[in-house]
Amino acid sequence: MGMTITEKILAWHSGLDEVVPGQLINAKVDIVLGNDITAPIAIGEFRKAGAAKVFNKDRVALVPDHFAPNKDIKSAEQCKILREFAKEQEISHYYEAGEMGVEHALLPEKGVVSPGDVVIGADSHTCTYGALGVFSTGVGSTDLAAAMITGEAWFKVPENMKFIYNGKLNSWVGGKDLILHTIGAIGVDGALYRAMEFTGEVIDNLSVAGRFTMANMAIEAGGKNGIMAPDDKTMAYVKNRCERDYRLFKSDDDANYFEIMEFDCSKIEPTIAFPHLPENTRGISEASQMNIPIDQVFIGSCTNGRYEDLLEAATVLKGHKIHPYLRMIIIPATQEIYRRAMKEGLFDIFLDANATISTPTCGPCLGGHMGILAKGEKALATSNRNFKGRMGHPESEVYLSNPAVAAASAVMGRIAGPDELD
Amino acid sequence: MKFVGKAFKFGQDIDTDAIIPARHLNTSDPDELAKYCMEDADPDFVKKVKPGDFIVADKNFGCGSSREHAPIAIKAAGVSAVIAKSFARIFYRNSFNMGLPILESAEAVDGISEGDELDVDTESGEITNKTTGNSYKALPIPPFMQELIEAGGLMEYVKTKKMNVK
Repeated sequence: MGMTITEKILAWHSGLDEVVPGQLINAKVDIVLGNDITAPIAIGEFRKAGAAKVFNKDRVALVPDHFAPNKDIKSAEQCKILREFAKEQEISHYYEAGEMGVEHALLPEKGVVSPGDVVIGADSHTCTYGALGVFSTGVGSTDLAAAMITGEAWFKVPENMKFIYNGKLNSWVGGKDLILHTIGAIGVDGALYRAMEFTGEVIDNLSVAGRFTMANMAIEAGGKNGIMAPDDKTMAYVKNRCERDYRLFKSDDDANYFEIMEFDCSKIEPTIAFPHLPENTRGISEASQMNIPIDQVFIGSCTNGRYEDLLEAATVLKGHKIHPYLRMIIIPATQEIYRRAMKEGLFDIFLDANATISTPTCGPCLGGHMGILAKGEKALATSNRNFKGRMGHPESEVYLSNPAVAAASAVMGRIAGPDELD
Repeated sequence: MKFVGKAFKFGQDIDTDAIIPARHLNTSDPDELAKYCMEDADPDFVKKVKPGDFIVADKNFGCGSSREHAPIAIKAAGVSAVIAKSFARIFYRNSFNMGLPILESAEAVDGISEGDELDVDTESGEITNKTTGNSYKALPIPPFMQELIEAGGLMEYVKTKKMNVK
């Protein structure tokens, strides 16, 4: 029996020729990641266990990105715990404000994660790196502490689900719409505990940025990981970035899948997730007719804060002003993206439209800072979650979309598609 | 361990933002986190819950973020165990790693109403609803997870160096 890409990566890291779903394994991890919310607990556990040194100072990544730059005194204390630990342990992949970015955009960009890796991170969106053919999954702080000491983690080999995307993409449809549509089809626990493998001609033609967006939201369907087989596009992305050797895995033709689902993408339009779950999806034509006024638009996050996302928003926004009394907050996910967007003139388009631009941070995505919602307010965000109270007051609402729809909606002051602009 | 307490019922897909909203994540102090436990699902939960009580929820409890603050807040609020139809993956893993007993049983969830008095044995998975007199059996805990519990959690397990032995 053949194996899937997920099974092959897990087998390779456990020193086994073969693994099967349900099997418990101890795998070597290539990178372990923590942020300013999750790492302080892990560092506490690390100390309590009496550990002196991390297993490898080049394989631990610490990124203060959630409430950084420090939003208040308590956050400052959390970030300080990371900084002091990074200094003491001489952690190579620690990023202070001026180099910092949203972790899941930053690590691939810096070449810290490589195709074929096993990566665990104390952040649920660690599954993002699957876009490069990495097995990566979110864990808690205690798992992070254990892995910082041992360089290993235990896993139950997941069942695999294959998603095949065929057909021609409609205009303004990208990775965000494909993944929202998928979550809408299977539900927020539709892939619970399972590997989600994304394949098909549409994925072959999708940019690496679009693939990151899709893998990023595997967790929103309950998935353990999301993954794409590496190809020429992957190689072009990792070339001149990856600091370690990589291994390219792909699924065998006779690999075993728990379920295979096919989508005809010509039927998928720009997709919106309505409050309060990512599975509450509707197409833009329906959403637009509902005439839903919005108070804030957020473009950024580990889901859609990459250069391609900002370019898409700028293309729609060019020559327009945002609606009066609406706030549009744009947050490039990393310093590199920030600089490129500035150099390529996107900042002028944003500023001319009366949008604000912030230094990289997770900020508003989780209701941390830089754009909290008041009671009764509605936001359209390019991020990944629209749970109750996610971006502020428990009685505020979050809608999720791609960057083009977000930009068009900022101009119209209501949820609207890009084709509705003059 | 055996626990006796009241059931607090919640719906499906209770996410980690409802269990402990991100606005309170600028600390990892259990007592501080306990003050806001379940705040966005039931703002009065902390006022009503007593040590030993149970959270009883529908499917996919704990979906969303990887924050260990969620099981920490529940445990620190005095909740003895969570019973649900199913759990989100990271929440499930975190609960074992830090010692919050969780039990999966769709029948028990359907047979328990808000305020029912429960008797729960977290080791055997026996759930008795003293209010109705009905008993239920939770899905067995996988053997490896039992090993983790017996070792006293993941960190103790690591200390015994079992992680380094193939």
